[in-house]
Amino acid sequence: MPAPDSIDALVERLRPVLDADALITDRQRLRTYECDGLAHYKVTPALVVLPRTTDQVAAIVRACAQAGVPFVARGSGTGLSGGALPHADGVLIVTSRMRAILEVDRDDQRAVVEPGVINLDVTRAAAPAGYYYAPDPSSQQVCSIGGNVAENSGGAHCLKYGFTTNHVTGCEFVTPAGEVIGIGGKAPDPPGYDLLGAIVGSEGTLGIATQVTVRLTRSPQTVRTLLAGFPDTDTAGAAVSAIIAAGVVPAAIEMMDALAIEAAEAAVACGYPDGAGAVLIVELDGPAAEVDTQFDRVAGFCRTCGAFELRIATDDAERALFWKGRKSAFAAVGRISPDYIVQDGVVPRTALPQVLRRIGELADERGIRVANVFHAGDGNLHPLVLFDDAVPGQAEQAEQCSGAILDICLEHGGSITGEHGVGADKAAHMPKMFTADDLDTMQMLRCAFDPATIANPGKVFPTPRLCGEVPGRHRAGSHDPRPDWPAGVEVF
Amino acid sequence: MPVPQAAARDALRTAAHGCVRDATGTDDVDGVAPRWVVGARDTATMAAVLSACAAGELSVVVRGAGTKLGWGAPPRRCDVLVDTLADPVGDSGDTTLFSHAAGDLVVTASAGLGLADLQARLAPAGQRLAVDPARPGTVGGLVATGEAGPLRLLYGRVRDLVIGVTAVRADGVVAHAGGTVVKNVAGYDLGKLLTGSYGTLAAITEVTFRLHPVPAAQAWVTVPASSTADIRQRIQAAIHSQTVPAAVELDRPGPSAADVSVLLEGTSAGVAARAAALAGELGPDARVADTPPPWWGREPGSPAGAPVPVLLKATCPIGAIDALLEAVDAAAGAATGAHVRGSAGAGAVIVGLTCADMADPSRVAPVVQTLRAKVGELGGTVVLQTAPAAVKEAVDVWGPVPAMGLMHAIKRQFDPAARLAPGRFVGGI
Repeated sequence: MPAPDSIDALVERLRPVLDADALITDRQRLRTYECDGLAHYKVTPALVVLPRTTDQVAAIVRACAQAGVPFVARGSGTGLSGGALPHADGVLIVTSRMRAILEVDRDDQRAVVEPGVINLDVTRAAAPAGYYYAPDPSSQQVCSIGGNVAENSGGAHCLKYGFTTNHVTGCEFVTPAGEVIGIGGKAPDPPGYDLLGAIVGSEGTLGIATQVTVRLTRSPQTVRTLLAGFPDTDTAGAAVSAIIAAGVVPAAIEMMDALAIEAAEAAVACGYPDGAGAVLIVELDGPAAEVDTQFDRVAGFCRTCGAFELRIATDDAERALFWKGRKSAFAAVGRISPDYIVQDGVVPRTALPQVLRRIGELADERGIRVANVFHAGDGNLHPLVLFDDAVPGQAEQAEQCSGAILDICLEHGGSITGEHGVGADKAAHMPKMFTADDLDTMQMLRCAFDPATIANPGKVFPTPRLCGEVPGRHRAGSHDPRPDWPAGVEVF
Repeated sequence: MPVPQAAARDALRTAAHGCVRDATGTDDVDGVAPRWVVGARDTATMAAVLSACAAGELSVVVRGAGTKLGWGAPPRRCDVLVDTLADPVGDSGDTTLFSHAAGDLVVTASAGLGLADLQARLAPAGQRLAVDPARPGTVGGLVATGEAGPLRLLYGRVRDLVIGVTAVRADGVVAHAGGTVVKNVAGYDLGKLLTGSYGTLAAITEVTFRLHPVPAAQAWVTVPASSTADIRQRIQAAIHSQTVPAAVELDRPGPSAADVSVLLEGTSAGVAARAAALAGELGPDARVADTPPPWWGREPGSPAGAPVPVLLKATCPIGAIDALLEAVDAAAGAATGAHVRGSAGAGAVIVGLTCADMADPSRVAPVVQTLRAKVGELGGTVVLQTAPAAVKEAVDVWGPVPAMGLMHAIKRQFDPAARLAPGRFVGGI
């Protein structure tokens, strides 16, 4: 544990490196950074820094490494697993001043951006060229690309288009030793270990991306969206199975159950079909010649499986209305319950009906209401566990119920997180999904990047691994075959 | 102290349930002779074998069908060649894992399962693993090398399709990562780290992939292109079109002529309409066919179609393909023929050097060096994929790789004694 005066020393050391207003030490202001999107975990950081450049990030991390002070990177702070939860004795490195879109290159189908750039802004910048950035987490209007890289963010459309890891082709990266390395770029298949694959989704435990090269996707010629009302989740689930079994790969298939619909209606008056026990939103995109035929088939499957109302978006405004209820669902639950937990679990898609029944039983047994919103195409559930913190014992009960849902997911061969990450929230659940040997092996990777365990410590893994390497003994770059490169700067 | 040879062999025999033999000349790994060949077709056997190798301080190379064993640099040592090749027939003695969850579009398979066999077993469900490498060997070999074919453009590379992996570490410990669901961010993605690691971090024993439906129809739109500018223009037209190509490939036997061919996949009516639209965008000389051109998905060959001794893999940003081709022409010169073929629409091609004396390092080395320098300026890389032993000795197979320090650190963590395929990978790893 670093001594308190090490933070003071760190501040003095960083003052000449950073802008005057880029160091926050005032207790009151520090508290504004005490949590991310998982608001019930709160830790006030010892220091907040707001770098503008890669060199500044590297200087901050180097200073942390030398002082043995932990650091945590934060983008927009929208994460839902406490991945950007600060360390009480550590430095919070906030990338919100690194917001430049450096390049939008249509010919190469790439954009180069700084980590603080907002996800949707990449799409806005690429739109005039007829392109967009495919990963679209629900928070895309505020979340940052750096945060997306750390969390391997998905979104409703990842069923067809994949996750962040499938769309990042390069990055400039500051290692926990404070060295700047370049990995990949606009060209594909960089030789060597897939460091990008290791870094994307590592939840800030391997270092900080300071520049990201992303793949841009050609905008589809046609997008068609339907909203279908079903009597219950079983019939809606059957429609999903029929669509997938027919070999159709929709851009998105989203489901909401009755309680989630009730909440969405209360919040945004999205006008979903009256009396629906479940709604499905199915979106197809691509060439009109494909989409139109497939869309008719999808509508047919919905009807055959019991949809009692089918609406087809006739324009962008109507499509936006379909999505409004879905995208606002998490926050909307606040209208029907004072408090709630957003869970994120995955099951094989075919196990959905069984799992939903088990969740229903679990909720009934415990007298707790659970609303279900999910990416039905890939089995990613977001049960919302409702409770009232003012009632003694309810928060604990809700927490237990939420944890039991993850156990159900694992029993069915699923995962404890599909897109929100492990973070601070689920580290304790990791041994249920992985053996001690599995976790030990994963931590070998961590030891290679961060032997001193100063990058976002306490996240992802329930217990740290002793690395058996002295920090700094193996400096990144010391084996470079081209000794004429400037120290600490890698060419790619 | 190393274990005496006889004792090491006995330990391997026990570990592999008797499946051990002395190596013969056909077992050489890129010219390096192993001592023993050991069969390990499932995870438990692989764990026992690698434990025995750890105890005996033996170096290990894992082999599947052996189609890509000559890729990368030759190993510095190879005591034990571990053979994963599984019996493709599902009889009682077959320990091949093949677990297909058709409704979930997911399959788990043993490393030793042949790729063609895997695809054949998936086909009745109307599904496929969306990979089409030029050298289809085993699942393990596919993942260990990360070899990609034309379909990489739309479906990504192997690393994008691997959702879970089981591997045995150098110390014999079994580790899993990922899972059997497509969407999963729990823990580090070791599947990506192992994909393309050439067996230098762990022995892959089982892999779980996401699958795709087999398309009802396919069409190829092929257009001739002459100059490098012309080639670039056709490729740009294809990738910017809204017809969603599954692949955009180039075949350029020499500087004077080339074909760009685009694959469309989908419903039969949809593909026909899209092919017509794309042909319009590519120019009046574009032709639509429902079968691929004869060169599709194959490595470049000599003019007569025979395999060529030296294959380079070159990459660049998609828009720099013209500059890459000019660099190839300049580096090869008039005396050395260079046949370029591959996924130009994704920025990755194979360059075959076709002149007669390509076993002569003094001919090849300058070509690779010149090309590497020019392609590096474009932001790409050049790797010597296959070449005669003498050429590999004289040429840096992988070329300069950034972040080598981190890569060495990873290797030290996973395989501190450097016994897994030592020397085959980048920077001498």
